Amino acid sequence: MTRLERNEKLTRLALLLVAFSAVSILLVITIFIFSEGTPVMFRYGLQKFLFGLDWFPLEKSYGLLPMIIGSLFVTAGALIIGIPFGLACAIVLTEFSSKRLRRLLKPIIELLAGIPSVVYGFMGVVILVPFIRDNLGGPGLSVLAASIILGIMILPTVISISIDSLEAVPRSYREGSIALGATRWQTTRMVMFPAAKSGIIASIILGMGRAIGETMAVIMIAGNAAIIPRSLLDPVRTLTSNIALEMGYAAGEHREALFATGVILFIIIMVLNTIANLTSKRRTP
Amino acid sequence: MRIYVDPKIEQRFFRAVLWLFTGVTVFILFFIIFYVLKRGLPVVSLGFLTKNPVEMGKAGGIFSTIVGTVALTLLAILIATPLGVGSAIYLTEYTRENWVTRVIRFGSECLAGIPSIIFGLFGFILFVTKLGLGWSLLSGGLTLAFMILPTIIRTSEEAIQSVPYAYREVSFSLGGTKWQTVTRVVLPSALPGIATGVILGVGRSIGETAAVIFTAGSSLHIPTSLFSSSRTMSVHFYILAREGISMANAYGTAAVLIIAILIINVLAYTLMNKFMRKYC
Repeated sequence: MTRLERNEKLTRLALLLVAFSAVSILLVITIFIFSEGTPVMFRYGLQKFLFGLDWFPLEKSYGLLPMIIGSLFVTAGALIIGIPFGLACAIVLTEFSSKRLRRLLKPIIELLAGIPSVVYGFMGVVILVPFIRDNLGGPGLSVLAASIILGIMILPTVISISIDSLEAVPRSYREGSIALGATRWQTTRMVMFPAAKSGIIASIILGMGRAIGETMAVIMIAGNAAIIPRSLLDPVRTLTSNIALEMGYAAGEHREALFATGVILFIIIMVLNTIANLTSKRRTP
Repeated sequence: MRIYVDPKIEQRFFRAVLWLFTGVTVFILFFIIFYVLKRGLPVVSLGFLTKNPVEMGKAGGIFSTIVGTVALTLLAILIATPLGVGSAIYLTEYTRENWVTRVIRFGSECLAGIPSIIFGLFGFILFVTKLGLGWSLLSGGLTLAFMILPTIIRTSEEAIQSVPYAYREVSFSLGGTKWQTVTRVVLPSALPGIATGVILGVGRSIGETAAVIFTAGSSLHIPTSLFSSSRTMSVHFYILAREGISMANAYGTAAVLIIAILIINVLAYTLMNKFMRKYC
């Protein structure tokens, strides 16, 4: 083997190692979060941990149910707001706008992804929360406020992945439908949408992941009471805010319980990622 | 029985509804930007940018947090770019699609979906406590690097893939090895595309709060080494707003953040456009 060939072999090997960095990081994160979080779950009792109603860490009571339900509520709310707006933008950009307009609108909408989550949270605090408090009642810091802000925050995810999947539909589908005399809207509804369905579903699932995982914006506007909300106007605490609120001062078992909260969050996110990955892979060409 | 609606009228109706939703989305974006700038820009002055915070940020400027943000972001980019570009080179140039690439891609996609608070927890337990780095630029930079790695991998991969195959063939025909071809032909041509990914990573680092606050800490001193704790603009903004220390300074910090993000996005977009026009 010449020196050159050996060098090429070594480069290939080095690059392979580098290429595994993302997977290794994922593994290391999994190992650390689980090894810190799972012992307390089993010591305390998995059932009590997952379905307990009381979160009083100072009295060694770690019931996570209010936070699990809280996360589900705000995520559902975010989807109710984010899906129609997100899909509308995606359809307008792919089907109902001129090329020039699309080139103008797309980067503008992508800018939504760049705005830091603390800024979204802040806008919620100074505009949305007082509005809800004054017009609808309650403390303002609420499921509703969190849902609206999260709904806006998931838009870039929903829009960009839906656009990708709508654009991946072969041109001939659209042309065939138009040639049969269908209107643009009929084509969108009856041809483009079904053809891009798996990608659109993946975009919604990934948006869901973003909503569940968002932390700072939610802390600022959700009110953070560790009780199950009874209405849209009640304050709510999510899994993520549970971690971030108490991480600063928690120690010992309390800190482990926060890592256990992280474990639950991690599992939910991984399940969603896997589903999104599988759905978008099953795309029919 | 279905009621017959003239498809043209139906289309007119839905087109209006869809445009309305899109309009509202664009309006929300502009509203946020203008609202923050309108209240924040009057606070921003040369002094605000060049003076350190006084009394936890109640008075003074944000200089140390700008230094913190720049240092942390640079560190994250320096760590993540070689890993990301290397991964992308391997995926596009050195292998075919097989189970290895599928595992790598799946890992990278999953990493992209992990919430920043999980990165924060992980960075805290590994870097801050287990490795004894404490709240420091290094802990924060490593954590952020891991977070932006998937973005850099994906954009670099797309950039490298869009370099025409003929470029490689010419290099091979001149006797170039694979590595020579990659470093002297493919990478230079893909550079603007790769730069876009890096710039997007910069944007994410600047805006990140949850992962940074638990790894880099929130010290208001100007960092002097990799091991000093530091506060970024986002963290500073969060603390000012949440603890009600100074609304004026919070708006000022937010305005600086927003302007930084706007510049970054415009930069990324123009670079990408140039690149796409060259090859696609």
